[in-house]
Amino acid sequence: MSVDLVDVHKAFGRNEVLKGFSLAIREGETTSVIGGSGSGKSVALKHIVGLLRPDRGEVWVDGENVGRLDQESLYRLRRKIGYVFQFAALFDSMTIAENVGMGLKRMEEFSDEEIRERVDACLAMVDMEGYRDRLPSELSGGQRKRVGLARAIATRPKYILYDEPTTGLDPITTAVIDRLIVRMSDELGVTGVVITHDMTSAFRISDRVAMLYDGRIRFEGTPDEMKATGDPVVRGFIEGRPELLGAAT
Amino acid sequence: MLVSLAPVQALGRGALQSVAAVGRAGYLGLDAGRALHKVGMWGPHLLTQMARIGVGSVPIALFIATFTGVVLAVQASYTFTGAVPLYFVGTLVGKTMILELGPVLTGLALSGRVGANIAAELGTMRVTEQIDALETLAYDPVAYLVVPRILAGTIMFPMVVVLANAIGVLAGWGTSLALLDMSSPQFLKGLKLFFDPWDVQFSMIKSATFGTTVTAVGCAFGFHTRGGAEGVGHATTRTVVVSSMIILVLDAFWAAVLLQ
Repeated sequence: MSVDLVDVHKAFGRNEVLKGFSLAIREGETTSVIGGSGSGKSVALKHIVGLLRPDRGEVWVDGENVGRLDQESLYRLRRKIGYVFQFAALFDSMTIAENVGMGLKRMEEFSDEEIRERVDACLAMVDMEGYRDRLPSELSGGQRKRVGLARAIATRPKYILYDEPTTGLDPITTAVIDRLIVRMSDELGVTGVVITHDMTSAFRISDRVAMLYDGRIRFEGTPDEMKATGDPVVRGFIEGRPELLGAAT
Repeated sequence: MLVSLAPVQALGRGALQSVAAVGRAGYLGLDAGRALHKVGMWGPHLLTQMARIGVGSVPIALFIATFTGVVLAVQASYTFTGAVPLYFVGTLVGKTMILELGPVLTGLALSGRVGANIAAELGTMRVTEQIDALETLAYDPVAYLVVPRILAGTIMFPMVVVLANAIGVLAGWGTSLALLDMSSPQFLKGLKLFFDPWDVQFSMIKSATFGTTVTAVGCAFGFHTRGGAEGVGHATTRTVVVSSMIILVLDAFWAAVLLQ
């Protein structure tokens, strides 16, 4: 297993968000984690890249216990991971090209010319070639998300973590982002973890789907297995029927 | 009779939050100290920050200094009338401007301009996850954002204050000639009378600590901002209030330590 979260507990004050979250991500696959708003999906994702450390439990990435790594080891590990933020988190003061090139610059392995070429290639991949000198404030939400994706793939990471990549987007832009995620997996062999509550999207892009409910993984399987499950909580969520959730709890 | 504990609870919560904020700021200070060796990360941003914090603050500092110099000269003359020779106006303008009003008024003004700006900028970066994004791209956000700002503040505040002192004295001199019926030799006689080069050093030492304070407080509140726009607003306000208070405490501290 390439990414393994084992019995992760995390609380913020008295609010216990993760209560024994365990999930193994298979290499080369795209795994979606679904769940209601505020269920802790993003919290779980942030543990993988070390933005949060578990109160209890372990997070393993490529055999390294993320919660126990010192700062330098953590930064080394992060070079293998691309992170696509929910609202893109582009740096306001930088152009699109500078945003995409940030990770490459940090690697200190590339000349300015190589960075330029790589940035242009990544922007082309997300159909944003003509925007390299624009500022993030000049882009729409969908365009910002695509640039966020370009930034995440620029360093050719082994893993990409997507935090609600299609939330708030129109159906066409959602389909474009979904196709990009599938391309990342098919063409670059990236292992993906996608946080979403968009079921259409989750079924379209995922090899496996897991549902987070009450701080734990309630269900894990292929999209077809999820569609066929009899678990009322899962059914209630994917069919948008709160009465099933109410009956189960 | 039921006694409400709400005020006590609120007081307790406030005290705990203050202690936690001090703790977080302390950790940030330690992290900033540890990040000093990452010159490659903060070095490229130092000049930009020096320009923003220092050069960008010159107009407001000079504006304040000019009018302070004018007021000092007029008030000195008003106070001395008949009792003290008028050339002491130069003494009072010089001493007060260099030792006290130049550094303190500039520090207080810049806690608004520089500290609030830093808190708002870093606070916005925090709530829009830009600081998290830096981390995921393997940048140390303390080295990248905090260290260059604190260093720039520490280096540039004394320079701005020296300029402000000079302009304040010049304004006092001009006012003495224009409004107080004094001559230049009279004003300069008073200015030189008790002038000690140490005064300028004292002013610069004090200003450097004000620069460190304003930028560090802005970074601490901005870096640990929570919530959305409201959180950024709180961080900004607290930065101005806390750094102003620390400036006044430091002012008294340096006077007691270095002028005794």
